[in-house]
Amino acid sequence: MFTLPDFQRLRDIISACTAPEVERALAGPHPGISTLAALLSPAAAPYLPQMAVAAAGITAMRFGRTTQIYAPIYIHNFCHNHCLYCGFSADNRIERCLLTIDQAAAEAEILHQRGFNHILLVSGEAPGKMGVEYLEELAQRLRQRFAAISIEVQPLATDEYVRLFRAGITGVAVYQETYDRAVYGAMHPAGRKRDFDFRLETPARVARAGMREVGIGALLGLSDWRAEGLALGLHLAWLRKNFWRTALTVSFPRLRPAAGGFEPLTLVSERDLSQLIFALRIFDPDAGIVLSTREEARFRDGMVGLGPTRYSAGSCTAPGGYSHPHTEGEQFSIGDQRTIDQVCSAIRRKGYDPVRKDWDPSFQLAD
Amino acid sequence: MLTIAGHAFRSRLLLGTGKFSSAGILKQAIEASGCEMITVALRRVDLDDPADDIMGVLDRKKYIFLPNTSGARDAAEAVRLARLARAAGAGEWLKLEVTPDPRTLLPDPVETLYAAEELVKEGFKVLPYINADPILALKLQDAGVAAVMPLGAPIGTNLGLQTRLQVEIIIEQARVPVVVDAGLGAPSHAAEAMEIGADAVLVNTAISVAGDPVRMARAFARAVIAGREAFEAGLGPRSKQAEASSPLTGLDFLKE
Repeated sequence: MFTLPDFQRLRDIISACTAPEVERALAGPHPGISTLAALLSPAAAPYLPQMAVAAAGITAMRFGRTTQIYAPIYIHNFCHNHCLYCGFSADNRIERCLLTIDQAAAEAEILHQRGFNHILLVSGEAPGKMGVEYLEELAQRLRQRFAAISIEVQPLATDEYVRLFRAGITGVAVYQETYDRAVYGAMHPAGRKRDFDFRLETPARVARAGMREVGIGALLGLSDWRAEGLALGLHLAWLRKNFWRTALTVSFPRLRPAAGGFEPLTLVSERDLSQLIFALRIFDPDAGIVLSTREEARFRDGMVGLGPTRYSAGSCTAPGGYSHPHTEGEQFSIGDQRTIDQVCSAIRRKGYDPVRKDWDPSFQLAD
Repeated sequence: MLTIAGHAFRSRLLLGTGKFSSAGILKQAIEASGCEMITVALRRVDLDDPADDIMGVLDRKKYIFLPNTSGARDAAEAVRLARLARAAGAGEWLKLEVTPDPRTLLPDPVETLYAAEELVKEGFKVLPYINADPILALKLQDAGVAAVMPLGAPIGTNLGLQTRLQVEIIIEQARVPVVVDAGLGAPSHAAEAMEIGADAVLVNTAISVAGDPVRMARAFARAVIAGREAFEAGLGPRSKQAEASSPLTGLDFLKE
């Protein structure tokens, strides 16, 4: 069981880091958790250029001059949770819909024709509306068409993840939102998501089920981003020790404008986000780092090669939004509105290859 | 001339195709390297799509196509992927990679052996990627693989021939060609592997992430030639003490 230290304790550790510790962290050969604390600290802020160089070198070594491309498909926007920051919150009066399997497959087909091979199925958390059977059926329908299918839905039980793996799902993303227990409690006043520990243990259940990949992350704008980064690093390191066969990715989504009009509790600048990404890259050279369309094109283009290894593109966060472009009921408004071709061109201009296929369903699907 | 599974190669440099910034740079690097065998991750390519970037630059008439099973976590997955690849027209050659740890990508010796035994029976020309384990190399050789591919250092590290002693033992014992794979980060590393008698080397990261991949490919090609020539010429012995190249005194006073 992963034990998360007290959040305030993490903040204290970080704030005590000094410039010499940052310099040692940048010079040292073996990244460790103290390295991460130093690189996340205010003392590291003046070293951002050096951190960028180190992160870029590591990224090139471990991932080459390539970046994976994927797109999300929003399956439904029903939600029994009351997360104060989320457009899908049960409290918000938005148009709700659940795609039928045929409608979801039609959305997928549009993405396939646009050149996507990796997709992420996303939904609100409403098990009564969409359970494992639905995902199983959809995965079986899509798996011959796509190289990799991941999900970002309500946390499930281990045996449910086993079923989904067998159906062709390759990875699961489940973000903790915030590792700050107090803020988590305040942000999730009702619904199953109130259970902090059930959510925290989800990545382990996913890995235990044999999934190829687990994505974890923190939603930036709810608590101290530096301590979120350290907590995420600890979680990542624990998963590495306990599930060495599982590939790990991290994501740092910043809060975006959404229905409900929630204002972030803390501001996280692009400079802060960059420091977080560079620090995590130096700490864990092999973690996939996702940079989604929440961020603006200018920032995403600038970050190519400096740490992130996976970009979403051409995203729509409303269910059915690819088939019907003016659909309402989105989770949040995106920051990078470009098409997949425009994103790929920008990546190529930076001297990187936008990789659309980096998996094969043949690995996990028996004849 | 290097011969693997009855096929003769002029070049002793094999190239990996991952991590390049574009298919165009990859094509130029392949040409500059002079290599004749190219490995491609099956998970990266769409064998059914003629417009696939990597397959597009790979002239199957000119190069031996060595698909690899990177991403397979066990023998069953590697075997399944190999069969599907062959059914899709990928041919008989196969670089067997069974790497259950996605972080280090170190090969699983037990599953690699199981997979090799099965694939050899099914008629594949199997080149297994292995840790530099001499006993495993012998077992794979007995199983009928076409070559063994011990690592010099973990994939993508560019640390050079960290496993030199083990690789030397493998070379000494091997009946099949020994191709040093993974970790060679500089032309000098490749030359070192060739100097100790490796039959060939496989390089990817060091070329793909170089400032100028095409020139680096050429540099590796030359280093491999130089290393092989040094091996064939016979390296002089090493000594901790200085020795004059023309000894002033000899044993010529001995009549018999």
